Amino acid sequence: MTFAIKHCFDSVDNVCLITLSKGFLRQAFLFTRGGRNLYYVLLIFFGILGALARYSIELTLPTTPFPLATLFINLLGCFLLAFVVRFLIWLPRLSSKMVTAIGTGFVGSFTTFSTFALESSLLSRTDFLIATSYMIASLIGGLLACVLGYRLSKMLLIRFKEVLRHDH
Amino acid sequence: MIINYLLVGVGAGFGVLARVLTTQWIMQKWSSPFPLATFLINMSGSLLLGLLTGLSIGAHFSLLLGTGFLGAYTTFSTFNVENVELLRRKKYRTLISYAGGSYLFGILAASAGLALGSIL
Repeated sequence: MTFAIKHCFDSVDNVCLITLSKGFLRQAFLFTRGGRNLYYVLLIFFGILGALARYSIELTLPTTPFPLATLFINLLGCFLLAFVVRFLIWLPRLSSKMVTAIGTGFVGSFTTFSTFALESSLLSRTDFLIATSYMIASLIGGLLACVLGYRLSKMLLIRFKEVLRHDH
Repeated sequence: MIINYLLVGVGAGFGVLARVLTTQWIMQKWSSPFPLATFLINMSGSLLLGLLTGLSIGAHFSLLLGTGFLGAYTTFSTFNVENVELLRRKKYRTLISYAGGSYLFGILAASAGLALGSIL
């Protein structure tokens, strides 16, 4: 019995795992085309992943008087959302629900407005200069990150279409 | 250590669901260029996070409700994508009221929540 189990585990090599996970993802895509409930399951799944990614980054980055972790997370998220909305939606393999689940679920819960507001409020009591620079960096950086995401996706899409045209 | 991730994950699951359902509900009733859904979500989330911090609940509740639920409920990325969308459509007045209003009232809401939480 133990031999059988061990043999079973040994036979699950990397290739097999990749095939299995591809099959799972494919099933997930197919489900999202039809069912509405699975769309919510995907949203929750990606939402949880986004929040865990945020929490891990908060733990990793050092705590400084200036809330660097939240600023980094929020700006990265702005870039990613602008990029995802334009670029992934064009890819034929992904259904639009899957893209929404990634954008609204993962990136939406990765970034956070409430922590920003709380940190700004707390900082403005103690260190007004840091609080002001944090707000300005979030305001301008957020907009710039979005524009950068849009520009990059546009650039990549033009490249992609050129490559496809050469192939045909 | 694992329990912390678990708390954040469970909170986030409910948070993202609350955000999506609230957005859908408000979108059905509201049709104007001003993105009211995200605005109300961010303001209520900021108020609640201030309140939670003011009440100084324990570390575990703070991870579940603050980092998990409210962190996933509110969103900075959608807010900025909507801002850029308003900019592209040249709706400058809506953009200024939305961006300015969100920053001003968001920080005020967090302060109000903090004050209220410390009194209670």
